[in-house]
Amino acid sequence: MSEATLHAEHHHGPDKGILRWLYTTNHKDIGTMYLILALSSLLIGGIMAFVIRAELFEPGLQLVDPNFFNQMTTMHGLIMVFGAIMPAFVGLANWLVPMMIGAPDMALPRINNWSFWLLPFAFGMLLSTLFMEGGAPNFGWTFYAPLSTTYAPPSVTFFIFSVHIMGISSIMGAVNVIVTIFNMRAPGMTFMKMPLFVWTWLITAFLLIAVMPVLAGAVTMMLMDIHFGTSFFDAGGGGDPVLFQHVFWFFGHPEVYIMILPAFGIVSHIIATFSRKPLFGYTSMVLATASIAFLSFIVWVHHMFTVGLPLAAELFFMYSTMLIAVPTGVKVFNWVTTMFKGSLTFETPMLFSIAFVVLFTIGGLSGLMLAIAPVDFQYHDTYFVVAHFHYVLVPGALFSILAAVYYWLPKWCGRMYSETLGKWHFWLSFIGVNLTFFPMHFIGLAGMPRRIPDYALQFADFNAIVSVGAFIFGTSQLIFIYNVWRTTLGGVGEKATPEVWDNPTGLEWTIPSPAPYHTFQEPPKVD
Amino acid sequence: MNTPRYYVPARSHWPIIGAGAVFLTILSLARSIQESSSGEVSGLTLALTVVAGCAMLFMLFGWFGEVIKEGLQGYNSDQLKKSFRFSMGWFIFSEVMFFAGFFGALFYARMFAVPWLGGEGDKGVSNMLWEGFSAQWPLLTTPDMEKFPGATSVINAWKLPLINTALLVTSSFTLTFSHHALRAKDKQKTLLWLGLTLLLGFTFLVIQVYEYGHAMNDLGLTLNAGIYGSTFFMLTGFHGAHVTLGAIMLTVMFFRVKKDHFKPDDHFGFEASAWYWHFVDVVWLMLFVFVYVI
Repeated sequence: MSEATLHAEHHHGPDKGILRWLYTTNHKDIGTMYLILALSSLLIGGIMAFVIRAELFEPGLQLVDPNFFNQMTTMHGLIMVFGAIMPAFVGLANWLVPMMIGAPDMALPRINNWSFWLLPFAFGMLLSTLFMEGGAPNFGWTFYAPLSTTYAPPSVTFFIFSVHIMGISSIMGAVNVIVTIFNMRAPGMTFMKMPLFVWTWLITAFLLIAVMPVLAGAVTMMLMDIHFGTSFFDAGGGGDPVLFQHVFWFFGHPEVYIMILPAFGIVSHIIATFSRKPLFGYTSMVLATASIAFLSFIVWVHHMFTVGLPLAAELFFMYSTMLIAVPTGVKVFNWVTTMFKGSLTFETPMLFSIAFVVLFTIGGLSGLMLAIAPVDFQYHDTYFVVAHFHYVLVPGALFSILAAVYYWLPKWCGRMYSETLGKWHFWLSFIGVNLTFFPMHFIGLAGMPRRIPDYALQFADFNAIVSVGAFIFGTSQLIFIYNVWRTTLGGVGEKATPEVWDNPTGLEWTIPSPAPYHTFQEPPKVD
Repeated sequence: MNTPRYYVPARSHWPIIGAGAVFLTILSLARSIQESSSGEVSGLTLALTVVAGCAMLFMLFGWFGEVIKEGLQGYNSDQLKKSFRFSMGWFIFSEVMFFAGFFGALFYARMFAVPWLGGEGDKGVSNMLWEGFSAQWPLLTTPDMEKFPGATSVINAWKLPLINTALLVTSSFTLTFSHHALRAKDKQKTLLWLGLTLLLGFTFLVIQVYEYGHAMNDLGLTLNAGIYGSTFFMLTGFHGAHVTLGAIMLTVMFFRVKKDHFKPDDHFGFEASAWYWHFVDVVWLMLFVFVYVI
């Protein structure tokens, strides 16, 4: 084939209309679609959170019946984890990884589009369970057997298969990322020169490929127990409901790092830029990320301290879990040290990143408390756990995603967002998120169990505060949506320079803003 | 410069068709499982299944056909070929982890769940559920014999499973001979050894089906027989499904060799199928040891 045809293949612009999005093989288009899907899921999951918080605003049953309340907590968790946080990070990886390593696109562009388009089908199927007889899944996002097998609503079959579709999508997406990073780096970009976002995503992709198949195995065992008479999770046949928890958390614990490692990468970029200093301790950041990934495979039982385990297991998993604090501490130390004596400015991405460091650390410390097995007997399944994982997921993962969007949006669309609106968004979110999740620590320690629609009267005041905080946090996200909308589609805002910020490092800042439809068709030279 | 740049296809309708086809397949599967547990499978679901099957075939032939054509036209740079290899490697790793999940369930049931039900260890509470239950492996008498009726015995490892082991291990060798012949540009020998590999693979599958019949009809070993039956059928069943997939891949390679698609130094499709075949072989060896023998 001639050089000319090859040229034609490479130098096309996007298609017009809807076909651009259906047929695209472009990593930027696909990244955008992932981000839009994540935002839609965030809104849907957010509405479910509003239902939950409205019911819990005061004691007693007022708005929804308990079964529907359980459906809301379950679907809120599933939608936020699989529909909002994970796709948002995959979207960012799509946009950024090829630009950061100087690649023309992802390694397998068609598989990339396929991975994306499986997701709307999967979430369509999952959401459709809300309208099925018997209602949507109501057994919590961790879908423990036998609640999710013997006592599950009939829609569980569709839940299982929607998880299968998400799994195919995640595995294919992760294979794509990992191969892109291994094989598509510009000449001269050695592993230890890769930007941290790329490093963290490399390790995340490895975790995804390792554990998503185990989740597929777990839901397959459920399906077989429900419909084909197997006894994986039924002690009557020699199985064990606790086996479900083992298989689930073998997936589930690496999964929570899948949702936080890319955030570490993002924050490392942003803090260095706005401190106007190189990142402190690049090598230790890489090693810490790898250690966290390794440890994530040997700590899963800390989710199950109260199910009745041999003492040796309690001890092993308690100590291995506490070890995670070491590499995480290294990271927090590095971020703080990067800021130390820097010329700091506080643009919106930096505000979100600093809030990330502080609030994620709170979530990490409550995690350390939960890791102590004897104490966990008190905390287990209380609002303390809810506070813990919301601190790492909302001001943790979600804040990093918001920071990333503010930070790279000028590169994507060529315009600066409104800093004033950004600051409003940040401060309202910051106040809202703490008002929502901080009091949960107290009511949890005082003994309020999670996943209940009604509660004892002594928890009333804190719950009212939490609901108000949730309302503030939820509605302030509309500022973000408006800000992004006016910058992108609205075409308002100052034109961005190629560098956008004050001397940031990375290949993505060497190309024009907005980034051309195709970048780095000839690989740049990195020295 | 002779080497083409990294090929980024301009646009493609296959991914969206692929997503739709996978969705329809899974939807029809979910609906038929759902409906058959509560009565009859509806006509709509049957129709959906047919449509889904056609869509899948259309997508698979179309998409793979396009990729093969691009390869033959020389679009694929060395770097792209490397991407293909890496991707197949990681995909196989994901499959390894899928099996690891089921092996994990097997080991857990055998090492912990069943002995605990029998009262072993300091977690002796669970044996209060079914007093008099004694732990044994393979588990033939379940705690709740009404719900999970158990089995009279398990498959003898040294009869059919041993033959199957020999078949699969031999097939890995014959496949390697075929690969060597392909590198040596000996088309006849390539086809001969590949054909023999396929024959061994399909014989394995036939024996496996026969063994299932024997297990279910003569030994009472079914999915419903308790945890041994559950793990036995899930592990060997998924393995059999993977052998089937591998055999289909090798069949396609047989016809592609016939059509002279491969060069001695450029035959990714063949290599990927061979890796996959060796992978299912290794899984079988694990199965033979941990499910049948000990």
